[in-house]
Amino acid sequence: MEIKLNGNTTNFKGETLFDLCRNFGFKEDETTVKIINGFQVSENTALKVKDEIVLIKKGEYPNEQEFECMLSARHTPKVYEKVKKSRVAVAGLGGLGSNIAINLARTGVGTLHLIDYDVVEPSNLNRQQYLIKHLGMEKTKALKEQIHDINPYVKVIVHNEKITEENCLRIFKDDFIICEAFDNPESKAMLVNKLLEKRKDVYIIASSGMAGYFSSNSIKTKKITDRFYVCGDMENSAKQGMGLMAPRVSVCAGHQSNMALRIILSEYES
Amino acid sequence: MITINGEQFDLQEIKLSDYLKAKSFMTERIAIELNGEILPKTKYNETILKDGDEAEVVSFVGGG
Repeated sequence: MEIKLNGNTTNFKGETLFDLCRNFGFKEDETTVKIINGFQVSENTALKVKDEIVLIKKGEYPNEQEFECMLSARHTPKVYEKVKKSRVAVAGLGGLGSNIAINLARTGVGTLHLIDYDVVEPSNLNRQQYLIKHLGMEKTKALKEQIHDINPYVKVIVHNEKITEENCLRIFKDDFIICEAFDNPESKAMLVNKLLEKRKDVYIIASSGMAGYFSSNSIKTKKITDRFYVCGDMENSAKQGMGLMAPRVSVCAGHQSNMALRIILSEYES
Repeated sequence: MITINGEQFDLQEIKLSDYLKAKSFMTERIAIELNGEILPKTKYNETILKDGDEAEVVSFVGGG
């Protein structure tokens, strides 16, 4: 039967998953992670021609050729190929942006364009995807390092500069899906207005309202125009007495990154 | 009927700048969708909403 094993088209003699394991020297028990078409299984299963199977010996470091295939083993076939070819820009690498970028990297988005001008400081660690060792480092550099440690096959392009009305058209000239992840409301409005006025070919996924510990369910994705989405509760700003906290910031980042993924996969409803 | 942010106004015309002022929107923090398109900031002052128009004023708050 012809199947795809760890990324390679392979013929094997047999009918089932366990036959395949025996054929290629993998144990049938739980010491082997067994994934069929993006879904992990433990019991023996009949295989079909063209099934995509990944077998991983737990605890062993795979060779480089098989590694990317294993990283993407839990992604749905066909979906992953589209995601891999896609590119998403993230404007601002704070609580929202760092979470959005890491979500998209784990999803296997082929190219990430990350922009921020700031460095990592201690007050960022309550919600942003940085570590103690990154303190003082440029956020672009720190996040690129984080992503490399999660999925080295994601291409990360960084711009270490402050996004302004004057430079934003240049910075995003090669981007078609842009997540706005700034902190400052004037900056958010500036970027959204400028890009949507001047570029008719971009999708913008902006954010507004995710401070505090209000209900997660108040955070929504709202479609404003065919090319403009806003995620958040639309009202709860960060202010004295109401800080930004990891849970709701990451809920909002989840909304933004999922909307980016949906656009990549041609699903345009919020 | 003119619809702004889901609210319906039984009027023939509304001056956009009057609405923004009445609702205390800060123009530096908003984006406006009018009948499916983004309204350029330079048109905020001159725009008059007419019967049948639908608009959404997105107001950004801080935090990210």
